[in-house]
Amino acid sequence: MPILVPDINLRIIAPALIVTVTAIVVLLGELVTPAERKRWLGYLSIAGLVVAAFAAFSLWGANASGFSGMVVADNFGLFLTLTIALSAALSILLSIPFIHAHEIDQGEYYVLLLASVAGMIVMATATDLIVIFLGLELLSLPLYILAAFQREDTRSLEAGIKYFLLGAFSSAFFLYGIALVFGATGTTNLAKIAASLAQSAGSPMLSIGVGLLMVGFAFKVALVPFHWWTPDVYDGAPTTVTAFMSVAVKAAAFGAFFRTFQFALPALALDWRAVAAVLAVLTMTLGNVAALLQSNVKRMLAYSSIAHAGYILIALVAMSANGLSSALFYLLAYTVTNLGAFGAVIALSDGARERLEIKDFAGAAREHPLVALALTICLLSLAGFPPFAGFVGKFLIFGAAVETGWAWLAVIGVLNSLVSVYFYLRPVVQMYMSEPAEGWSGIRVAPLVALALLIAVISVIALGVFPAPAIALAAGGLIR
Amino acid sequence: MPIDYLPILVMVVVVVAFAAIALTLSSLTGPRHPTAAKLEPYESGMPPFGSARRRISIKYYLTAVLFILFDIEIIFFYPWAVLFRQLKLFGLVEMGVFVLILLIGYVYVWRKGGFNWD
Amino acid sequence: MINYLWLVPALPLAGAAINAIFSRKMPRWLVSVLGVGSVGLSFLVALAEFFTVLGAGAQGVFNVSIYSWIPVGNFKIDVAFLLDPLSALMLLGVTGVGFLIHVYSTGYMAEDESYGRFFTYLNLFVFSMLILVLGSNYLLMYVGWALVGLCSYLLISFWFTRPAAAAAGKKAFITTRIGDFGFGLGVILIFVTFGSLNFADVFARAPQMFQLGAPIITTITLLLFAGAVGKSAQLPLYVWLPDAMEGPTPVSALIHAATMVTAGVYMVARSHVLFSLAPFSSEVVAVIGAVTALFAATIALTQMDLKRVLAYSTISQLGYMFLGVGVAAYGAGIFHLMTHAFFKALLFLAAGSVMHAMNGVIDMRQLGGLRSKMRWTYITFFAAALAISGFPLFSGFFSKDEILAQAFESGHIILWAIGLLTAGLTAFYIFRAFFLTFHTQARWTEDEGRKTESRHSPSSVVGHPSFHPHESPASMTVPLAILAVLAVVAGFVGMPSVMGPNFLEGFFAPVFGEAAAAIPAGTEWMLIGASVAVGLIGIGVAYWFYIASPEIPVNLAAQFKGIYTLLWNKYYVDEFYSAVFVEPGRRLAMFLWQVIDVQVIDGFANGLGRAMASFSGALRGWQTGYARAYALLMLVGTVIVIGWLMLR
Repeated sequence: MPILVPDINLRIIAPALIVTVTAIVVLLGELVTPAERKRWLGYLSIAGLVVAAFAAFSLWGANASGFSGMVVADNFGLFLTLTIALSAALSILLSIPFIHAHEIDQGEYYVLLLASVAGMIVMATATDLIVIFLGLELLSLPLYILAAFQREDTRSLEAGIKYFLLGAFSSAFFLYGIALVFGATGTTNLAKIAASLAQSAGSPMLSIGVGLLMVGFAFKVALVPFHWWTPDVYDGAPTTVTAFMSVAVKAAAFGAFFRTFQFALPALALDWRAVAAVLAVLTMTLGNVAALLQSNVKRMLAYSSIAHAGYILIALVAMSANGLSSALFYLLAYTVTNLGAFGAVIALSDGARERLEIKDFAGAAREHPLVALALTICLLSLAGFPPFAGFVGKFLIFGAAVETGWAWLAVIGVLNSLVSVYFYLRPVVQMYMSEPAEGWSGIRVAPLVALALLIAVISVIALGVFPAPAIALAAGGLIR
Repeated sequence: MPIDYLPILVMVVVVVAFAAIALTLSSLTGPRHPTAAKLEPYESGMPPFGSARRRISIKYYLTAVLFILFDIEIIFFYPWAVLFRQLKLFGLVEMGVFVLILLIGYVYVWRKGGFNWD
Repeated sequence: MINYLWLVPALPLAGAAINAIFSRKMPRWLVSVLGVGSVGLSFLVALAEFFTVLGAGAQGVFNVSIYSWIPVGNFKIDVAFLLDPLSALMLLGVTGVGFLIHVYSTGYMAEDESYGRFFTYLNLFVFSMLILVLGSNYLLMYVGWALVGLCSYLLISFWFTRPAAAAAGKKAFITTRIGDFGFGLGVILIFVTFGSLNFADVFARAPQMFQLGAPIITTITLLLFAGAVGKSAQLPLYVWLPDAMEGPTPVSALIHAATMVTAGVYMVARSHVLFSLAPFSSEVVAVIGAVTALFAATIALTQMDLKRVLAYSTISQLGYMFLGVGVAAYGAGIFHLMTHAFFKALLFLAAGSVMHAMNGVIDMRQLGGLRSKMRWTYITFFAAALAISGFPLFSGFFSKDEILAQAFESGHIILWAIGLLTAGLTAFYIFRAFFLTFHTQARWTEDEGRKTESRHSPSSVVGHPSFHPHESPASMTVPLAILAVLAVVAGFVGMPSVMGPNFLEGFFAPVFGEAAAAIPAGTEWMLIGASVAVGLIGIGVAYWFYIASPEIPVNLAAQFKGIYTLLWNKYYVDEFYSAVFVEPGRRLAMFLWQVIDVQVIDGFANGLGRAMASFSGALRGWQTGYARAYALLMLVGTVIVIGWLMLR
């Protein structure tokens, strides 16, 4: 019996491949780099990400698939790849001074981060449930370790273990869902699943499988009621890891979520759209209400990230081309905005001592007016305040929902974003409207953090005021 | 169709019956001279009871994990070896890449001192 | 000139941006030049644009697309400006009055340590207001709408070290957000209904798609009006405006008198096509306007804080404007908006000048007899008081008269009567304030030795304070004088038909259509006579009460103690809201927090905290229990999701 050599097309997976190779090189570099030069490993990682981004850009419009239809390089996946690469690069810029200050500057940090990025890219471009699962695990495992990277800090360890346990739990659900869908349709390929379902009616086995898949994705993007880990893990993990997790994981997991449900399971849309709509309402509402009462910025941003997952889910419920492009735009906008917010929080920290309580920000505007301005802009953007990126993102998503007859969902979204203004403005009020707290003197913002912050804030404003090019790119991202 | 699952049901019944019969027969026919050591579930293993917070050196885990890692990778060699001729050059290159990555991991563990006991 | 329209908002934005980043490192004069100069230049451009529109006559409607903002699929939102007589006039008002107030601020805020921050916010506000006014679609209008709210919040709590200011800012923000939600829903509904947010599209399609009184149009207009009620401080959402007086006085003049609070009126006038199709909504607008006018005027009768009198007066005058646009007299509403901007800004700035002189004292019980000390302030305040009272030939006379005449003519006799009564009350309370501040005996003592430093945060000095009041610097008096001239003469652009040509009506024709048939001369004269008489009576009673026989108001207050207390406490509306909305809202939040967060999440987390404190023993306990609880909750969620999918 002849063995079929798989349809190998390395060009299609070039971005993930480049990131992987970079990770391996950094791993070897770690062995030969003396302790005081570890930041060069960070620069190397960023260089790798830039090359990967170029590779993704050169594939733009290629719309090719490879590995027997398991991976695809369509604009949807490439847009997400670029978003992920951007978020990783900005996170590393923030990380280099951060892990140095916290005395955890080991090359492994970058290796794990890059490995996770590779998993994310795989997940975002996969068109087969097995490959999606592969990406999911590859992105998750390094993150479990990264969450626990501050080994001296029990809260960080706790975050890592909690994330790992619950993550394993949800992965099991997801895998079981794949098995049941395979049982019902005879394939794990998304296109073939769609074709199979177009002809046959659903079965209880399929319903359970779809439900489990949904739970698996819901855990990764932190939808209520699968979000319980989020506040604890985001709170305990190193701040730079939290920043990275809160944006990049969402981009990758939502990518696969959209691809699986909108592309492979449209036949069951009547069922899962209703569930997703309810989840979206729960997620937005609980995320925002819980965030209202947080006194810790990291926890507040954790709940805020839950709420944002709810907004993005509205785009899935809309299940239209505009919904898809609005989700892509939103993910990009959320990425730069949230990284900007975390960047400002890191910029205001005092060496290894972080300022994470909202009241710690008192009077920051007087000492660091530009950082305070940046944080204000990012928080306003998160709140969906015009004319920043977040506003355009929300407008697109709500518009897509209204277009497809889900106006009530949009209304709940609008109401939620009004509620969210209150807690997003609390740090702003502290910074601008309180007497300076103790210990501001002598804090200098690290140049790399300042650079990341500048990139993020410029992006937030540019995406808010001139969103047209990004919207056009996102609109080209139809799923193959 | 439910009828398709009948073999599974049959298997479940057979398995349960076999276990029950084996246990019953051995307890009926075997000689019994209970001692404290014999009554332990695992006669030669770790004591099953006691504080779960007993400290065990991390090196055990590290060694165990490294062993599992490389041990499982070895398993991939068997099917490759069996099909080596059919896979031709492609198989050789693929395995080369695989071994290279494994080697890098090996070098990393080695240089990091993962194999040192002290 | 149309090609340069973008400069009008861009200049203040540039001023704000530069001051935001560099003001700490720049000398004050440069901050002033940037802050004031950018708005001044913007005014000059706006003036040129205004004459472009004026020159174009009936063709004076320009759509200037700057760029395509949010293109999605087959529909797109442009950053596009609509320049027509309505927006051109607003433009002139915002930049013109804004410029004068900026100039005034250089004197008023001279001593403040956050000088740069003040001008940053002020410029940002002017920019936002211009976006609101110029936007050619509802989304852009919403952008401006949200931004002016933010600026208002920042400026009210400008002196954040005082808790009252911080609380007032928060109150303003929360209260107006309630209205904004309605406005947002209205915009969504417009999009759902018409598939577009462009004014041109919506207003062209509305009359074709819907008949008079169609429920959907009524819903849309009511939602939009909810936004206006919040922004323009009408019943029942007016409570934030009096508290907003905690902000610096130039802010009160610019935002809370001349511009932002009138955005609601502008929005209704801009959407007049929709409101004309919804008679019920228009009726609601008119009734709320008239009732608010009367309600706020009665509160103003007893207040002792000069700025609060002016704040309630603003609410009342805004009620007039809504009465006007509610009875479809859109031109009249905007006319009053314009004259009000002049005389109310002037009143506020004059009050600020008094504060400047009196070391921040604003309680009229500690003022009095200032007319000889502050000549310019006295004269300009007097002019503005005559204008707002509707004294013949002053600006308020013409604009208020036109609203009342239109209300009468459209058959709203009761609303007209309310308006007329309010006019009398207005004349009374404003002259009460005038007499108590500038006439009567001084209730402070001259203190030659003490050089009065300029403090403006309202300070309450107990007892009989001593000051050395002085006239304000030229940077403050010159704007007062210019505004006074405008407050006196601005009315002549809209004379009633029996007295002369009504320039404004013709000017607005491209927006609001040809004017309705003129009111019969007899009726017109009768209405004018009535308003003049009521105004004069109000002034006369104020004179009688506070100059001729000052014991009367004291006796009246004692005799009608119940009513006086009710008015003094502003009908207890704040207390009512606090009891009915704020407290339960807080309780609900507490409940959610305690049940969901404390019980479900923090319950474990607290256990975790204790366990970590006693590091040795509890490790096993928290770890498994904690994550297991999460896992269990996830499992429950999974069962529900799957159950739903199965049962469908």
